[in-house]
Amino acid sequence: MTDFAEIWSYLSEGPLLWLTATLAAYAMGDACFRAAGRKPWVNPVLIAVLLLALLLQISGTSYATYFEGAQFVHFLLGPATVALALPLWDNLPRLRRVLLPLAAALLAGSATAVVSALAIASAMGVEGEILASLAPKSATAPVALGISDRLGGSPTLTAVLVILTGIIGAICTTPLLNALRIRDWRARGFATGVAAHGIGTARAFQVNATAGAFAGLGMGLNAVLTAFLAPLILRLFQ
Amino acid sequence: MIPALLTLLLSQLAGETLSRALSLPLPGPVLGMLLLIAVFAAFPKAVDLVRPVAQGILGHLSLLFVPAGTGVVGHLDKLAAQGLPIFLALVGSTLLAIAAGALAFTAVARLTGTEEPEA
Repeated sequence: MTDFAEIWSYLSEGPLLWLTATLAAYAMGDACFRAAGRKPWVNPVLIAVLLLALLLQISGTSYATYFEGAQFVHFLLGPATVALALPLWDNLPRLRRVLLPLAAALLAGSATAVVSALAIASAMGVEGEILASLAPKSATAPVALGISDRLGGSPTLTAVLVILTGIIGAICTTPLLNALRIRDWRARGFATGVAAHGIGTARAFQVNATAGAFAGLGMGLNAVLTAFLAPLILRLFQ
Repeated sequence: MIPALLTLLLSQLAGETLSRALSLPLPGPVLGMLLLIAVFAAFPKAVDLVRPVAQGILGHLSLLFVPAGTGVVGHLDKLAAQGLPIFLALVGSTLLAIAAGALAFTAVARLTGTEEPEA
């Protein structure tokens, strides 16, 4: 019988173990999310990332080795971005009716997200790779990673910043918009989707179906606009 | 399932090729998404062909962030050193962006007379 250390050293170098660990960690995160009644601060991605980071630390595994297995999941980000065409297409008729308010909200929300994030961070001394990684953080993750890579940022750091942005948006959007006395569900949902992408969209769907549909639209449109705006705005802060 | 996957991958492939050939600021997959919308407009039958697979992938969108997110292990030193500015930038910009977007929407809806009747 082969001893355990040998089996471990074989498995820990191949893709199977880390692909399985990625799915298992996400399944656990998702179970916590459901058990907590889908509260926005019990985020399945954050839990999965914490579990995996801990596992890599304990087992002394490098991120490169881990990624050998996880790359199969990571690869699907590209096709997932392309698949966003579907919810956008489905909402196209609603988009036509409120074209001007949507255009104004998209421009205002998207530009404010990039400008204020870079202004606050650079005023406090953040620069270089981290600043570039921060620029696309309101866009949905697959798009934000692509933008970050092109801007000289770190896609892995951007992934974490994107997730944190979504959680912050999901927690704050309802109290914030109530305080501002904004009652139009289209405005509430759309602004949340623009600023807090998929995690904000999931939150909007919990509150109101119209808000959810408009949040999905906001997420899709901001993915495109951020790709244009982030490089231009980042240049002002470098 | 295969034609749907093929449609998604071909859109992405065309997007990547165009983005690089023309040195566009848009990432390949975003351009692929726009190309796929154009395909839907030209061939409405393609929508139902792609729908099940697209919904399947989008239903588990958050899982796809996990490998990149786990890369945080390589950035713990940076995050620890600049944690406060990064946190304040994230909270401040997210609140400001939601407020700016929602206020711009309602202001322009009032100006153009497209306010929601039941709102």
